[in-house]
Amino acid sequence: MSYKIKLIMSVTGAAMLASTPALAQDAAPDAAFVFNTLLFLMGGFLVMFMAAGFAMLEAGLVRSKNVSMQCLKNIGLYSVAGLMFWVCGYSLMYSGVGDNGGWFGTPVPYSWPEAGATNEGDYSVASDWFFQMVFCAATASIVSGTIAERIKLWPFIIFTAILTGIFYPISGSWQWGGGWLSEMGFSDFAGSTIVHSVGGWAALTGAIILGARSGKYTDDGRVVPMPGSSIPLATLGTFILWLGWFGFNGGSQLAFGDNANASDVSRIFVNTNLAAAGGVVVSMILMQVVYKKVDVTMALNGALAGLVSITAEPLAPTPLLAIIIGGIGGVIVVFAVPMLDKFKIDDVVGAIPVHLIAGIWGTLAVPITNSSASFGTQIVGILAYGVFTVVASAILWTILKMTIGIRASEEEEALGLDKAEVGVEAYPEFT
Amino acid sequence: MNIVMAIIKPFKLDEVRKALGEVGVEGLTVTEVKGYGRQKGHTEIYRGTEYAINFLPKVKIEVAVSTDLTEKVVEAITGAARTDQIGDGKIFVYDLKQAVRIRTGESGADAL
Repeated sequence: MSYKIKLIMSVTGAAMLASTPALAQDAAPDAAFVFNTLLFLMGGFLVMFMAAGFAMLEAGLVRSKNVSMQCLKNIGLYSVAGLMFWVCGYSLMYSGVGDNGGWFGTPVPYSWPEAGATNEGDYSVASDWFFQMVFCAATASIVSGTIAERIKLWPFIIFTAILTGIFYPISGSWQWGGGWLSEMGFSDFAGSTIVHSVGGWAALTGAIILGARSGKYTDDGRVVPMPGSSIPLATLGTFILWLGWFGFNGGSQLAFGDNANASDVSRIFVNTNLAAAGGVVVSMILMQVVYKKVDVTMALNGALAGLVSITAEPLAPTPLLAIIIGGIGGVIVVFAVPMLDKFKIDDVVGAIPVHLIAGIWGTLAVPITNSSASFGTQIVGILAYGVFTVVASAILWTILKMTIGIRASEEEEALGLDKAEVGVEAYPEFT
Repeated sequence: MNIVMAIIKPFKLDEVRKALGEVGVEGLTVTEVKGYGRQKGHTEIYRGTEYAINFLPKVKIEVAVSTDLTEKVVEAITGAARTDQIGDGKIFVYDLKQAVRIRTGESGADAL
């Protein structure tokens, strides 16, 4: 059967070559163009749906009095990111970065070839814009979970606009825009550092400036747990993020038009899955050994930490190394979550261990499997993104704190942000 | 007339209702409550932090009964709700001054 199809194809191919050589030559590059574009579009809508994953994960891990607010922040941040990435973000990240010394691009509203026009290059311009935009939105999603349950809506939205329109594009241009870090040889395949640790640094800075939820840490040094409202929602959110990650890592191959690229995208899929599975199993075993109970929220965080860990290099590792890299992500979660509580840094959903610490680990692990990367350059990259994002975020959080204020009043916090700011309760029939 | 109020383990509710029916009780009120007693609480763990649950879920039942039935009702509840484990609950009996059936206006023992 397959032999027959091959035969027919080779016959028609030969016939086309014989009769219209020009058409045959056009057909091959067009096929690559179509498949590359398809990879961007499919990867892009998978990553877009990670916004739903973040929304469900966070809705499940906040208390029921703040669930509406968390849903509102998530759909709000995704939309603000989408607008800001058009207004200035994309061009600040990708246009003329070399002309500006490799530090940032030239910010202008982006435009695409008009309707009906064919595109130059290896893929459609708009598909690339879409694919990069959803990565930018993912960065903002990371912040919302950490600082949940006590930050006011509008300061958070303003922070998101600046993060997605200016901070993320500037630092992103250093690597993905062809800037100074890419010249230096930094390696971050799909964004363990560029996306995840940047979101994590912004979240960490916000959590410190904002302070913990009231009642979270008592004067006598105890930590008061505030269990999330819905484990099924948090689990669904994690599975959605896991699904979206195939677009995140697989799409970052950026090409799908020939045998080698299609094979590499497939290899990325299986490595991504192995790393996430490793993160879950390691965190489950560690929870059993250390705490004698297997907290499901730690298994969920373990999956995400495994995914973030493999994101910097999902292509080169062997299957066993992918499992180990992801599994160390699971170790990070089990020990970093209680450690943050010791420092009184209140991270509601565990985004700092998952995205920041596992992001750093994943970036450091690249030279283990990819011989073109070096530990020195990886450390330079990690520090550059850390310093820039912490300083820029700290300035912005502080300005917002001193002007419009970032924190809900103690009374509003006790009442719940759903009643105080949204006016809609997530579960109005339970009193 | 008396009110017999009992705090019992939630999973014993159905057996208690059946036992009360057998001694002639025709109605009872049930409330889900939480309480603290000699059973103490237990500890749970969330994201690496252990915490104590001090108040345990219990069920409160209230039955209005005629004076001559009171002893039987107390015995029925004691028999049905007992597991011999700590935390089986308690029974309190107190005087009931008046009872009225709203639909008919009957009062006193006739209203029970």
